[in-house]
Amino acid sequence: MIRSSLSVILLFLFFSASSAEHNARTERISGSAGDVLEDNPVGRLKVYVYDLPSKYNKKLLQKDPRCLTHMFAAEIFMHRFLLSSPVRTRNPDEADWFYTPIYPTCDLTPTGLPLPFKSPRMMRSAIQLISSNWPYWNRTEGADHFFVVPHDFGACFHYQVEFNLDTKQEEKAIKRGILPLLQRATLVQTFGQRNHVCLDQGSITIPPFAPPQKMQAHYIPPDIPRSIFVYFRGLFYDVNNDPEGGYYARGARAAVWENFKNNPLFDISTDHPTTYYEDMQRSIFCLCPLGWAPWSPRLVEAVVFGCIPVIIADDIVLPFADAIPWEEIGVFVAEKDVPKLDTILTSIPTEVILRKQRLLANPSMKRAMLFPQPAQPGDAFHQILNGLARKLPHDRSIYLREGEKVLNWTAGPVGDLKPW
Amino acid sequence: MASFHKEEEEAKAKAEEGKKSTTMKLSALHQSYLNRRRSPLDSSVDAPSKSFLAVFWLVLHCLCCLISLLLGFRFSRLVFFFLVSTPSSSNLYSPPFRPDLPPPRIDLTPSNATTAEVKTSSSRVVVGRHGILIRPWPHPDPVEVMKAHRIIERVQREQKAVFGAGGKGSRTVIAVTPTYVRTFQALHLNGVMHSLMLVPYDVVWIVVEAGGVSNETASIVAKSGVRVIHVGFDQRMPNTWEDRGKVEEEKLDGVVMFADDSNMHSMEFFDEIQNVKWFGAVSVGILAHSGNAEEMVMSMDKRREMVDEVEERSSLPVQGPACNATDKLIGWHVFNTLPYAGKSAVYIDDVAAVLPQKLEWCGFVLNSRILWDEAESKPEWVKEFGLLNENEGVESPLSLLNDPSMVEPLGSCGRQVLLWWLRVEARADSKFPPGWVIDPPLEITVAAKRTPWPDVPPEPPTKKKDQMSLSQGNNNVVVIPKQQQQQQQQQQQRSSKVRKPKRRSKRNKHEAKPTDTTTQVSSSTKHHQERN
Repeated sequence: MIRSSLSVILLFLFFSASSAEHNARTERISGSAGDVLEDNPVGRLKVYVYDLPSKYNKKLLQKDPRCLTHMFAAEIFMHRFLLSSPVRTRNPDEADWFYTPIYPTCDLTPTGLPLPFKSPRMMRSAIQLISSNWPYWNRTEGADHFFVVPHDFGACFHYQVEFNLDTKQEEKAIKRGILPLLQRATLVQTFGQRNHVCLDQGSITIPPFAPPQKMQAHYIPPDIPRSIFVYFRGLFYDVNNDPEGGYYARGARAAVWENFKNNPLFDISTDHPTTYYEDMQRSIFCLCPLGWAPWSPRLVEAVVFGCIPVIIADDIVLPFADAIPWEEIGVFVAEKDVPKLDTILTSIPTEVILRKQRLLANPSMKRAMLFPQPAQPGDAFHQILNGLARKLPHDRSIYLREGEKVLNWTAGPVGDLKPW
Repeated sequence: MASFHKEEEEAKAKAEEGKKSTTMKLSALHQSYLNRRRSPLDSSVDAPSKSFLAVFWLVLHCLCCLISLLLGFRFSRLVFFFLVSTPSSSNLYSPPFRPDLPPPRIDLTPSNATTAEVKTSSSRVVVGRHGILIRPWPHPDPVEVMKAHRIIERVQREQKAVFGAGGKGSRTVIAVTPTYVRTFQALHLNGVMHSLMLVPYDVVWIVVEAGGVSNETASIVAKSGVRVIHVGFDQRMPNTWEDRGKVEEEKLDGVVMFADDSNMHSMEFFDEIQNVKWFGAVSVGILAHSGNAEEMVMSMDKRREMVDEVEERSSLPVQGPACNATDKLIGWHVFNTLPYAGKSAVYIDDVAAVLPQKLEWCGFVLNSRILWDEAESKPEWVKEFGLLNENEGVESPLSLLNDPSMVEPLGSCGRQVLLWWLRVEARADSKFPPGWVIDPPLEITVAAKRTPWPDVPPEPPTKKKDQMSLSQGNNNVVVIPKQQQQQQQQQQQRSSKVRKPKRRSKRNKHEAKPTDTTTQVSSSTKHHQERN
């Protein structure tokens, strides 16, 4: 009896000792929704995938295979993941969520930027197809449907950017607002900015796509000392579109350059070095300022490489904000405080910095930011499903009565109403 | 300057461009400004006032173009920006490349009161042109640079603690060094000290001195940066008793290794001993001569001849654990004293080579918990320390254990030699200046054996082993401290004293060169210089 209790105590001490050691390196992450990063969505929800003709998805991909590698590729990989996932159900009557496999960003310019010119029309035509062939759209007017819209401004699809200094991309997007037909649906998008018309209240913010194999091929041993204080590579002025500055990044990137180009602690430039990923692993802070849109793949890279992200984007909503406590992991700097960035960063206490690094070292954090092929537990696909599962069960009010119509099918600019 | 002209041309081009584009731009400009004034969500525009406003803006724009032609920078937009801009008053536009203009005054005081009120439900983030905020002195502040460096250093230390050395976490290294005051003590102790200073883990250095604590040892040891416990001891016996007392008294936790002061340790040794669980053994290379240099070479040749007959590969013996193919400890490689039995002792410049005992302490490392009294989780195969007979001393490290087969072989099972054992000592009667400080300065200099100038009467060599020769080559000088004047011959004294004044001047000229004692040196010194 005593011996068994002794052994139990010893076992307990052993485990606490080992977990204490584990804590010295990483720390568990729990956001406002709790410790949910490692939840398994299987069994908590069922998703039905509509069968759309291939002109909405496969043909677009065949026309331009670059869609698989740019940062909007999440929509394509989400489709592939759902097709073979255990949450998929072939019986739509028992489905909680409905997914429409459509690739609206897969319409690229020769340089690789997506043209959202036709996206609203494509979306309308897809929804018309769904609503006429299946009864589930009309049942709720799309409230239990979700769409992956990883564009710059989410579902505010906007016209091609004709750069005229006074009318900016964002203003056009704002003017259009979210596509009226999608106003009741759940949007899974990369864009997130509080109090912005293009962010719907119930949407799920996801990270932009970053190729996991490419990043994992550049790992360096973790005992190489981090010797760069602040690191950033990218544009400060978008000379093609905004030569004087002031529009691009709301002047924040230009402010970073002007204030810190002479500072040896700040390793910032517009180069494209081949050692970009390795340098990030040798840095303590990585700047993630906004660009034309507030989100950036640098956040994903910083998290994967253990570099504390310094987020300079007012009112931004970061990916999986309810599962990941971003204030404890990253440093948020207001755009007006950019000239004081060095003071802000050096006045962070070292214990706080070490804790942030421990949180970043948590492997579940890194997994949650990536879209690996094939999907692995804890990755971004599963986080999306977890987010959808957290929104269940659906409120009874979303089910409309017979004949009731909420959406206005003729709203929006005239150009959108043309068939696709 | 180029940018200045560019601006001018741009302004001119703008004026010349034509009102057609300006009207369109103006209306759009006007729209965007209007939109900014109201909330961005409001997209309705007053239709009737639109045309009036358009004309007004057109006229204003032309006026501003003309003014900008005169002034040389784009006046129009700045004015509008100031008039119409958003409530954040600290946004001042400052163009990026204007070296000719005085730097714009930027007001950086954040108006906390005004920004606090702007907490409406609409977005605080406004679309449109923002100013680029630049502080008045955009250069690094040295205080912050120092803070940043401290942060970097702390992060790197944490990295090393967590990931370094295989990430197992670093245990304190407890180094036990027996020593006593002797000629070569400074030589050996400095070597051990430098090795310990380089160890990336915490080090506690227990220096056990035979004959009690002495100032010489204390002064050498004090220069290290590591924590030192200096203990005096009255007898010269294996001094693990004292150390055990210290280790137990302070509950030192770590790995105990025996750093005899004449040994050489490799850095990998310290990394490897972190792996020891209770009692480990490493291979020690034994550097002992069996003859002087020439004989050594000959014996090597002889050995090479013998190779065909006898498979004698290793030229230097190694003491350490022996393992079989599956990396299990099966025995010990022990130094074989037989080959050295009949040979005469070799003197490295009159130094006797000392041979190691059967099993040297330095090849073993222990977990300091073995030495503690409480048997917390001590394995049963470790003897209780108190049971060992104090008078006899501990014969071999293995007698500490009940079960010698539980020793862990380290360094890839003894295949890596991680430290070397060498006993090089001066003659017992050698003398050296106390603390290696020559005070007062030398008065006597004596010519050395080999000088090329026959004019110098050949002096009988008075080579003592503690006399350092300053350089190889022909100008060997042997200096003798003043205490040993009595041993010198009187002739030398007088003759060198006479020479001394001339010596001084030459000595001052060439500090680094060894000074020469002969008077005919002036020409030959120069000659020597050129050769050097």
